[in-house]
Amino acid sequence: MSSAETATRRPSAGLALLGSELSVLFRRRRTWAMLAAVALIPILLAVALRLSSGTVEPGEGPPFLDRVTQNGLFVGFTAMVVAIPLFLPLTIGVVAGDTIAGEASLGTLRYLLVSPAGRIRLLLVKYAGAAAFCFVATLTLIVAGAVIGASLFPIGPVTLLSGDVISVPESAGRSVLVACYVSVSLLGLCAIGLFISTLTSVPVGAMAATVVVSVISQILGVLPQLSWLHPWLFTHYWLGFAGLLSQPLDASTFADNALLQGGYILVFGALAYGRFASKDILS
Amino acid sequence: MTPDAADGDLAIESRALTKVFGSQRAVDGIDLAVPRGSVFGFLGPNGTGKTTSIRMMLGLVRATSGDVRVLGEPMPDRLRDVLPRVGALVEGPAFYPFLSGEANLRRFDSADRHASPATRRARVASALERVGLSAAASKKAGAYSLGMKQRLGIANALLQPRELLVLDEPTNGLDPQGTREVRHLVRSFAAEGTTVFVSSHLLAEVEQICTHAAIMSAGALVAQGSLAELRGAGQSSVRVSTPDPGAAAAVLVRFGLTPALSEPASASAEVSALLPDRAATDTGGRIDIDDILPALVRAGVRVRGFVVEEPSLEDRFVALTGEGFDVVR
Repeated sequence: MSSAETATRRPSAGLALLGSELSVLFRRRRTWAMLAAVALIPILLAVALRLSSGTVEPGEGPPFLDRVTQNGLFVGFTAMVVAIPLFLPLTIGVVAGDTIAGEASLGTLRYLLVSPAGRIRLLLVKYAGAAAFCFVATLTLIVAGAVIGASLFPIGPVTLLSGDVISVPESAGRSVLVACYVSVSLLGLCAIGLFISTLTSVPVGAMAATVVVSVISQILGVLPQLSWLHPWLFTHYWLGFAGLLSQPLDASTFADNALLQGGYILVFGALAYGRFASKDILS
Repeated sequence: MTPDAADGDLAIESRALTKVFGSQRAVDGIDLAVPRGSVFGFLGPNGTGKTTSIRMMLGLVRATSGDVRVLGEPMPDRLRDVLPRVGALVEGPAFYPFLSGEANLRRFDSADRHASPATRRARVASALERVGLSAAASKKAGAYSLGMKQRLGIANALLQPRELLVLDEPTNGLDPQGTREVRHLVRSFAAEGTTVFVSSHLLAEVEQICTHAAIMSAGALVAQGSLAELRGAGQSSVRVSTPDPGAAAAVLVRFGLTPALSEPASASAEVSALLPDRAATDTGGRIDIDDILPALVRAGVRVRGFVVEEPSLEDRFVALTGEGFDVVR
């Protein structure tokens, strides 16, 4: 991300830590296990639908479920809606909660800092790694959905919510757009996880706390008495990607969502910096 | 207590360095002076603030009061300029267990912006070779033995040419063979002109490799200086193993000594006595140590062993702190 900005003398060496971070993150068996679990969601969903003989009535089950049997391209959207409330936040919680606390519990944090990594640079790199995971996770889900949908169900032009019909290539583009939307939606939670991770050297605690925060935010989001609070919750726009599935494409929610997530990144990034920059590293 | 180097020539220098955790003064106003080019032993029982002091030197922990300069620069303010010139092993090695030894070192090296990516592979390989881990370079660090991890930790400190090596308990958990290897490595660093700061709770091993030492007790620095200075304050003693302890004691008394008798399980007893200060003997004092053994033989004492023991750092340590090693507060 912006480690290049801090690397004033040698930008190339400044980026080496980011490369190292990504390679460590995506070389871990845990990361692969989580991505495999993410990919399993559309696969289970499609297989279950294919095996059941009964037809799905409109409005039954998760959104878009009734359309899947007519068009395999809907598998990805349905699986996304299923994964957003709990499963994706869970994986993000694991990655974001582990950022600093995981290094602290391994003891590698002190060696990174005496290298010296620089505390701000380490925070930025850690955040960039977690953000990259958001994108990889949602793309994995969409791609797995497209592949399993294409192999089990007919594929054809997609009828959008607005009633318009788009071609198969365009629907692939929309799928990627939805994955990006959901990834951006999760960036605020990533920043919260990063902050929580600076508070402890017990990574499991930071992971659990991050997931709990996302659940609490969603619970607050369904209480009508707190409707004044809803636009400020980072989970407010999580399922709001319908605009991306209408014709013409409506990107206003995308922009609102990005602005909100940006606010969360700033606030919790600043909190994480405030905590980590002066913290005594005793692990 | 006085360091034997000019102030400007210190690798590490602290003034009234203090760290308070809650109500505990972990480090209580220490004034360290580590001369450049020395092998400096930082001694003290476990839990006396050695690691906390090291963490303050490396900018991991902020001092409550006082200050510390490393390689002439204040820490942690000049951390970015100082740390690339310092190799460190802090409170034991730590690695990513799922990465190979080599990948671990590359990871830590990439964290240093001054480290050239072009030479990374070669530098990692030579550091691994230096500590004898080339054969295990591609093995997962999680599968390393404790001794191998310790050596990998030292290799991590050697990724760049360093002016100062800070090694916190480098022989912890090592078998005697591993301890010898580490001692050998430390000597070779010193021979290259690198200042080596070694902390240990095991006095004997440090005594063999250090030129200087400081002794910590309960967060405070109780002694500091060259090894000769530290030992100088102690006294030599003479020890006689004999089946005739009474006669031997009588001979020692004639030399003006105060013998003490200890009776081990074996047939021969041991008689020992402190010698007067070396200064006194050197300046033509009352006793010539070489006269004692002939006198014992002339008196018909059956001498089975005769040893003149130099004062050890351990005696000095016990005298200063009133406690032995391996004491946890």
